[in-house]
Amino acid sequence: MDFKFTKEEEKFRQEVREFFKKELPKDWNGIGFNVEDEFHNPEVLSVRRMMARKMGEKGWLALSWPKAYGGLGRSHMEQLIFNEEISYHGVPGVDIFGIGMIGPTLIAHGTEAQKKEHLGYIARGERFWCQCFSEPNAGSDLASLQTKGVVEGDHIVINGQKVWTTGAHFADWCFALVRTDPDAPKHKGITMVLADMKWPGIEVRPLYNMVGAHSFNEVFFDNLKVPLANVVGGLNKGWEVANALLEFERSGIWRIAASQRLIEEMVKYANETAANGGVLAQDPLIRQKLAQLMVDVGVARMLAYKVGWLQSNHQAPVYEASMSKLFGSELQLKTAEVGMQVLKLYSQLTEGDKRAPLWGRVEHWYMSHLGRVIAAGSSEIQRNIIAWRGLGLPRT
Amino acid sequence: MFRVVRVRVITMDFKLTEEQEMLRSMARDFLAAKCTKKYVRDMEQDERGYSPDIWKEVAQIGWTGLPFPEEYKGGGGTFLDLAILLEEMGRACFPGPFFSTVVLGGLTILDAGSKEQKQEIIPRISQGNSLLTLALAEASGSYQPEAITLRAIPDRGVFLLMGTKLFVPDANAADYLICVSRNKDKSKPQDGITLFLVKAPVQGLKITPMNTIASDKLCEVALDSVMVSYEDVLGKEGKGWPIVEKALLRATAARCMEMVGGAQQVLDMSNAYAKERVQYGKPIGSFQAIQHYLANMAVDVDGCRYISYKAAWKMSEEPDDCQLEVATAKAWTSEAYRRVSSMGHRIHGGIGFTLDHDMQLYYRRAKAAEVTYGDSDFHREKIAQLIGLKS
Repeated sequence: MDFKFTKEEEKFRQEVREFFKKELPKDWNGIGFNVEDEFHNPEVLSVRRMMARKMGEKGWLALSWPKAYGGLGRSHMEQLIFNEEISYHGVPGVDIFGIGMIGPTLIAHGTEAQKKEHLGYIARGERFWCQCFSEPNAGSDLASLQTKGVVEGDHIVINGQKVWTTGAHFADWCFALVRTDPDAPKHKGITMVLADMKWPGIEVRPLYNMVGAHSFNEVFFDNLKVPLANVVGGLNKGWEVANALLEFERSGIWRIAASQRLIEEMVKYANETAANGGVLAQDPLIRQKLAQLMVDVGVARMLAYKVGWLQSNHQAPVYEASMSKLFGSELQLKTAEVGMQVLKLYSQLTEGDKRAPLWGRVEHWYMSHLGRVIAAGSSEIQRNIIAWRGLGLPRT
Repeated sequence: MFRVVRVRVITMDFKLTEEQEMLRSMARDFLAAKCTKKYVRDMEQDERGYSPDIWKEVAQIGWTGLPFPEEYKGGGGTFLDLAILLEEMGRACFPGPFFSTVVLGGLTILDAGSKEQKQEIIPRISQGNSLLTLALAEASGSYQPEAITLRAIPDRGVFLLMGTKLFVPDANAADYLICVSRNKDKSKPQDGITLFLVKAPVQGLKITPMNTIASDKLCEVALDSVMVSYEDVLGKEGKGWPIVEKALLRATAARCMEMVGGAQQVLDMSNAYAKERVQYGKPIGSFQAIQHYLANMAVDVDGCRYISYKAAWKMSEEPDDCQLEVATAKAWTSEAYRRVSSMGHRIHGGIGFTLDHDMQLYYRRAKAAEVTYGDSDFHREKIAQLIGLKS
């Protein structure tokens, strides 16, 4: 039992930190930074693309991918460390859908042609992706999705609607789940396809999240023609492919790193803010709340590292990734809730107000991080998974 | 014939060594055989609180000597090795003076004792021939240095101890009580504190059992001019508080490990019950409320496990730099085990609300462990200081 990183891993972490110091714009404020909520901001988008290219050039976007596919073949833990640092420093540029999802999926299940066509662009940070999975009637119960795919000759013709599609408004490509066999049991009639967002038949309409940001979208497919060569993993095998997440870095460490960064700023704020003849940091209630957040960070980190350790040893997490997602996302929301309590009356001030503490980022998190405990498998679904797969309780 | 070469992945490691796994499984087997729930319940009523025969066996299999160097007839184990044992003891509700003797007594003497004191006492502990405890808490119930009011009055070349200690575990059975006293009033409350090794029985020493929720032989120790000499000082006169701080750090980390074992057992019991108890034609574990209770318990228990092992590991590696890890572990585990023990009762329903059922054994021990060596508020305040909040 050893909870230290190796010297080489720590060296890599330092290397990553120095790179960020050098390459990020001097005035970059990564504390509590939510890149998805800034997609409307052309300055942010340009930093995003710049950092994507720079990290792509270093091979760091595809750090743990096999070298044959444009990666560096580095270890799983190094990927985890990289993700931790990206999040702690609030660095934009990593396209989680391309780098974290479709890239590894294609490595595992893609045809050689698909790998050749896409992996290079993803690894170099030159192509961004979006994930067309959820539908208005298929959220937690994703397998009940209804977007239709009908095979006609050497194409699939797709009709239907997707929702909550993050980044669809500037993604270059998408990967989508469509129902190709309506008569089969619901998990067995789904196909995963790849589509160029510029093809006719794809319409993107903006949705505004409760922060007022344009981060996600509705995506409408109107007789979209996708070549059969763009089917991933085989016809009607889409559900298995989508769930084969074994190679993805699933620790969720990014949630903890981002939370920790914001908590550290709250500590600074408490030390600098006058209250009751002293500073806020001297208020026992504030001390207890902030200390408990750091306790939660400590526990969350161990849950995340456990996933990293399992994956490093080529063991698939059974319930551990769900546990980390549950705990990490609830920690993010709690960080916001406690932060708002610390800011008291000033918690109401939004980004842009000259008096908004911590650049309004706590208020932003309070609004945006409700989404964290709902998206990517809600907390309730994660508890189901822990119960079924971790504790062997009967599936309902 | 091919030789399988296993490529070792070089990174952090959540696994125990083979030897540690063996220690764990042997401990579990021993306790399953010797520490039945009947034994646990009998010892709750027993005045002494343990069976001397079982204590002898525990010494024979090397447990009492586990964390002590071989030169003191010990097993040369690390704090992490001890942690593994403590987890199993917590799981089994193992009664008796092991924690007091080995963690509170032996490790404190190993840390701060003179060569003579170590040579005299530690081998006796290792061989199961001496029981010890640490008399620290007083009427205030606080673990701050201000709480120490037991006086050590200098009197013609000796000291007379005057005052009362409370919540002293296994004082009724101890041969040596390490008494934390104040011999001088200084400007800072942590100065002027001296630890004395009091050999029992001795004139002026009166030990009375307290009635406690965990039936764990906590005692009032009244000292009325108990005579101790300079040879009985543990460490340096007036400079005892740093010794106490380190003893508290070890006790806290050790207690967390017992709590991990207990919490895991509650989860296992509750999960098993949810699968076998049928109502409305199904196991109650089919219902989402129960599933979510158990999922929350699993998060709490896994959290306790990793954060407590992290603290025990850090204590083994860097005993002088583990304050944050230990405080984090206790702050989390105190509340998590409380939640788990309460949730376990909800899942067991009526049957868990009986004396006969084992659930209440854990519920009571969870509470005692929560408040001992600092509750969550206490440790959160430590963390507040460590993370740089100005005080």
